[in-house]
Amino acid sequence: MTTHSNLAVEAEGLVKAFGEIKAVDGVDLAVRGGSVYGVLGPNGAGKTTTIRMLATLLHPDAGSARVLGHDIVEEADAVRAAVSLTGQLASVDEDLTGQENLVLIARLLGLKRAEAKARATELLEAFGLADAAGRLVKNFSGGMRRRLDIAASIVVTPKLMFLDEPTTGLDPRSRNQVWDIIRALVDGGTTILLCTQYLDEADRLADGIAVIDRGKVIAEGTPAQLKASVGRGALHVRLLDPDQRPEAERVLAHELGSVHLEPDPASLSASCADADRAAEAMAELSRSSVRVAGFSLGQPSLDEVFLALTGHPAEEEPAQEATATKEEQPA
Amino acid sequence: MSATPTTQTRFEPAADEAAVRSALSSSSRPPLPSALSATLTFGWRGMLKVKHVPEQLLDVTITPVMFVLMFTYLFGGAIAGSTGEYLDYILPGILVMSVLFTTVYSGVALNTDLTKGVVDRFRSLPIWRPAPLVGSVVGDSVRYLVAGTVIVVLGVILGYRPGAGVLGVVAALALVIVFAFGLSWVFTTIGLLLRSPNAVMNAGFMGIFPLTFLSNVFVDPETLPSGLEAFVDVNPISILATASRGLMEGNVDAGDIAIVLGTAAVLTAIFAPLTTRLYRSRA
Repeated sequence: MTTHSNLAVEAEGLVKAFGEIKAVDGVDLAVRGGSVYGVLGPNGAGKTTTIRMLATLLHPDAGSARVLGHDIVEEADAVRAAVSLTGQLASVDEDLTGQENLVLIARLLGLKRAEAKARATELLEAFGLADAAGRLVKNFSGGMRRRLDIAASIVVTPKLMFLDEPTTGLDPRSRNQVWDIIRALVDGGTTILLCTQYLDEADRLADGIAVIDRGKVIAEGTPAQLKASVGRGALHVRLLDPDQRPEAERVLAHELGSVHLEPDPASLSASCADADRAAEAMAELSRSSVRVAGFSLGQPSLDEVFLALTGHPAEEEPAQEATATKEEQPA
Repeated sequence: MSATPTTQTRFEPAADEAAVRSALSSSSRPPLPSALSATLTFGWRGMLKVKHVPEQLLDVTITPVMFVLMFTYLFGGAIAGSTGEYLDYILPGILVMSVLFTTVYSGVALNTDLTKGVVDRFRSLPIWRPAPLVGSVVGDSVRYLVAGTVIVVLGVILGYRPGAGVLGVVAALALVIVFAFGLSWVFTTIGLLLRSPNAVMNAGFMGIFPLTFLSNVFVDPETLPSGLEAFVDVNPISILATASRGLMEGNVDAGDIAIVLGTAAVLTAIFAPLTTRLYRSRA
């Protein structure tokens, strides 16, 4: 058994290469039981590959990991018996109905025929899918598909659930619904390992975050620590007249410190911790006769986190990342 | 729920957080299903697909029907002297052909599955690992049965009268399906090796088409050049066709049946584990 029994996931030096590309290059993770742990990174950073290794779908080339105390290679069956996976591609069968999908999974988990049917009905109702129970999944909306996917993952409540980008491609309302479901899962005692591209999502749900880039964990901590490390937020200002940007830059640099000129010639942003100082800075801009079209005080985006942590934006190498992502999927 | 105003639920039903919580707490972990039960569940999945997409049965029935009609009426007189005599010869052969062509689709279906996320879920379940594969091949047997039945019924309509009656026909169908079960493992292996469903389809038919034509399905091999005849005589598809004719006419050679069952067993022994291993390692 494990040395740290309160850890749901402990990974050390996980490595996985696809041909030349090291998709995962020495990832360490420690996830406390009962928590939500966010793995944050851009496309192709190695999030999916990491999750697939932990869910026993891929063999690591090097390193080791224990999930709920079981080695992912030596005791893969024990791992599989305690976890469930909601993959990046919705892990449901498009050619079956919503009801049939859940009955299928329930039967495969050992429920008797009548129990499986009852469980499917209960879950479809809980997830707002009762009306669509008899419809083929290929005709579901993205949000419905995701909800069915998560429902399939809790036919038998898992101790640990892997969620790979559960809200990518969803509209804001569906996204809120998925978040509500995730919170309900956590309240029920399930540990969640959440992969996401959105700092916002990790911030709302996760107790701890690992930022991953090019197969390596480049930062780790609570959402608050992480945001603090990148200035906790930024004041974005858009000017009416791009010619005034040097003046605006001077004022903001004086008021707030580091200023970032954005690709749009009329926009700039500055690290800013709180609203009072932002208001102060805006007032100063006004006194300096800089005409402002709009401004906002926002949390740092993933891009800004990356910029702060690595010195390069998240999508610097699209070519390589596209290849890595492709390799990760069962083409 | 504060993030989701309740008025929005009017447009599309949303997840009910309280119900989700209750669904979570009401679940218990039952003992895992046996290998057989998991396999049969996957077989059920295969049949549901036929139910939802019945068109896929057309592929596997229309071609053989066309072959029966075309060969019987177009070539029957020239090959066997009369269409009636040729029908007696060709019908069990076409039964073999139509079922064997269907086996290619087992590989195509598996390859199609792999492009979908659902395979990840299957592979992450604590079930007997070959269950999805064995189950889908078992489910496919239902398709083989449909394809075979269509041919026999068409034959009877056209005037074919099997000498061994219904029992003989059932026995022949069973033998063909057992052989198809073994052969389908070859195509599931190909299905895991190639990149796209189309490539699997092409490779599959590139193999099965010449093998079927270079058998005694359509013509008596005695009319062939000796080298070709030698090949046709040892072609397992010829032996299967001969055994099927024998079963339907009531004069089967037990040796032929043994060879057919043995071939099916060998194919299964080699290609079923190979398929399972590829399925496990393919990421």
